[in-house]
Amino acid sequence: MEVTRTPVGATPADAAADLKIRQYDAQRMLRGDMSDEELEEYVRSRVLTTTLDQALTWARSNAIFPATFGLACCAIEMITLVGSRLDIARIGSEAMRASPRQADLLILSGRVSIKMAPIIRRIYDQMLEPKWTIAMGACSSSMGVFNNYAIVPADKFLPVDVHVPGCPPRPEAVMYGVLKLRDQIQQKPDLGWRARYDAGSTIEVLGTEGVPNGGGSITTTRTHVGPGRPAPAPTPEIAPGLVLPPTATPSA
Amino acid sequence: MTAPTDTTGKGPSDYRKLEESVTLSPVANPSGLGQSEELLTINMGPHHPATHGVLRLLVTLDGEIVRDLRPLIGYLHTGIEKTCEDKPYWKVVPLVERMDYLAYYFNAMAYVHSVEELVGIEVPKRAQYLRVIHMELNRIMSHLFWFGTSCLDIGAMSLLWYSLRERETILDLFESASGQRVHTRYFQIGGVIEDIPGGGWVDRCRAFVKELPTRVAQFRDLIYANEIALQRLKGVGIVDSQRLLDLGVTGPLLRASGVEWDLRKAQPYSSYDDFEFGVPLGAVGDNFDRMAVRLAEMEESAKIIEQALDGLPEGPVIVDDRKVALPPRHELATSMEALIHHFKLVTEGFRVAPGERYSAIEGPRGELGCFVKADGSSKPARVHIRDSSFVNLQAIADMCRGGYIADLIATLAMLDPILGGIDR
Amino acid sequence: MPDPTGLELLAGGLRARLGDDAVVGTAHSNDYGSIEIQPQHISAALALLRDEGYRFLSSVHGADEYPHEPRLAVHYELLDMNRPDRVAIKLRVPVDAPHVESVAPSWPTADHQEREIYDLFGVVFDGHPDLRRILMPEDYEGHPQRRDFPLGGEPVLFTHHEAEGLHYAE
Repeated sequence: MEVTRTPVGATPADAAADLKIRQYDAQRMLRGDMSDEELEEYVRSRVLTTTLDQALTWARSNAIFPATFGLACCAIEMITLVGSRLDIARIGSEAMRASPRQADLLILSGRVSIKMAPIIRRIYDQMLEPKWTIAMGACSSSMGVFNNYAIVPADKFLPVDVHVPGCPPRPEAVMYGVLKLRDQIQQKPDLGWRARYDAGSTIEVLGTEGVPNGGGSITTTRTHVGPGRPAPAPTPEIAPGLVLPPTATPSA
Repeated sequence: MTAPTDTTGKGPSDYRKLEESVTLSPVANPSGLGQSEELLTINMGPHHPATHGVLRLLVTLDGEIVRDLRPLIGYLHTGIEKTCEDKPYWKVVPLVERMDYLAYYFNAMAYVHSVEELVGIEVPKRAQYLRVIHMELNRIMSHLFWFGTSCLDIGAMSLLWYSLRERETILDLFESASGQRVHTRYFQIGGVIEDIPGGGWVDRCRAFVKELPTRVAQFRDLIYANEIALQRLKGVGIVDSQRLLDLGVTGPLLRASGVEWDLRKAQPYSSYDDFEFGVPLGAVGDNFDRMAVRLAEMEESAKIIEQALDGLPEGPVIVDDRKVALPPRHELATSMEALIHHFKLVTEGFRVAPGERYSAIEGPRGELGCFVKADGSSKPARVHIRDSSFVNLQAIADMCRGGYIADLIATLAMLDPILGGIDR
Repeated sequence: MPDPTGLELLAGGLRARLGDDAVVGTAHSNDYGSIEIQPQHISAALALLRDEGYRFLSSVHGADEYPHEPRLAVHYELLDMNRPDRVAIKLRVPVDAPHVESVAPSWPTADHQEREIYDLFGVVFDGHPDLRRILMPEDYEGHPQRRDFPLGGEPVLFTHHEAEGLHYAE
């Protein structure tokens, strides 16, 4: 079928005539005066068809709401990302939600200390699926400049989608990471790496059962971990008093 | 308010009688049900949009009035001081920079100044002036960021974008000079690592400091005419200056309550006595004075930078002693001695005879001191940074008692705590 | 920064009021003076220095002088805002009896700083209103800043290690 294209508003008279034709067509369609072929043509030229999946991923990827979660120096560069030079609002992350229930993305900007790790985990669990994590900076991905008793890399306690290297990463680098995450969401609505690394969803467990050392008064969380992965055994070199994550048991 | 007309003909119901028994009488009987007042302790943080970083506060409330406040910290403790004991002296600089992450030049300066005084190194004049320029730019940058986030906290959101825009110019200057926007590792023991580039760095810096006073005036125009901001800041969070001195508070908080104490004037270091600048003081010591003092400090810093750029002397940018500072790169190709010095410094570092030293500089939040203890080896035996935010945080309870929660948010913003320095 | 004679005069004043054995020694180098005293005299010494004009306590911090006994040192940095002048007071306690009288009641700035020394070094400050851990988690065992405490840390494992079967805990 021939598709004729007219430049938009070639002359004001043409545009007015075009509009009149479209209005007339719309009236005919509503009155039921169109023949079958005409109706099919009408619909095809006006409606974008897609799968529900694609529509959802398009919506999700273009409106990723980050949780306001700044830890250390990387938080400064993350806030610079909100600034006007590299505006994160133009890719849809205008609203930084303070409540984890309303946020999609957790940007771990900064070093995660052992006191803070259970809290971050609790916040991550409170976020609703689908949720993503960006480990921004060297400290959250892999201890960074400080390799000592006090901090822990983020991969140990929550699944991370994108690691952004840098100390601190430039705002452009973080933007690149967010765009990479966006690509990931759009191309693979079922993020394959989670199946590969057995990093499925997480559930929050309040209480102390199954926690070594009694756990104290800290609420703990369990991760669905697939079978075949050896449980981490406590090693004597780790500083005493450090509460290790519980032995993972896959629950129903 | 007229009583509702009775259409059922049964007389007032029990609920209506209860409603009408409630009066606006004092707290002792708030709900009219005969209950006494109750203190409620809630937890703010560590993940909270208004705490500047991972600060946790246990707030004891009586309705909306804060009766007591307890800060709980340690959620960002990184063991930096312990890691420093494992590194040669020059490798400590990047670690120490990451403590108070908005004032990285100051952290580096405190440490480097301490080591230089311990060893007895004389820093060349050009390096001192370059250090002053970078530190004052950092001070302006830190105050701009503080200003933007504080206005975000009290509701004047647009100022965040304006101050971040100004900050970008400063960060571009830092990037030209040292290669990094943040945590630049520019200050070294004995001087600075590199000279500032030619090709317009000085001109861009001059243009920036020339424009800064107009920007600060624009910020003032926006905030000082905002009735809500003024209501939230004026007369709120006053602590008298003797109590602040007892608590060890320094910096703009102390100057806002009228005490004229600035280490740049009192115990000058790094050629600060060559420059003429004022020390802004507040009158009352409320949140408004704290904001005003910091805005004025930005203008004073601009004056210092201009004078430093005008009087920038020629000369080396790092001390000549090859046992302490790396030789220039081009010499490594020709001089065997330079190669040996370079090798020794990079692999082992230089050794410092046993001794200890505490010296302090004026950071954007107050007295930033560094205690270095040497034991004769090439690694320090103890590095401790006396961080200004850590000590200033002890004043938060006094500032917030008796005020509302909303005042707590504003006071916390005006306190300018940086958790990286508090927790180290 | 008193000069050496000024420092000796201060130390002499402390000896005169607190006893000859109260002051263990003085050290002065490059405009920085410090006086080492016996731990039991700390409150009195700081009160005497406050009368001398050193009214601002800048910093209270600890150090571990391993392997020299007594190991745990606590430093008090005092500042006189009028002259201006700084002086340091130092005391040392052994690890098996690390008790020092807290100066927090009369110098409120020492509150969090003494808690930090307790947390990281294990020095117990008697009379402190609220001696708890401040930087480490409340149930942490050990005092990290001591020299014989291991630095800790993670071995950084790369992806190809995972393929070889190595995991973080091994």
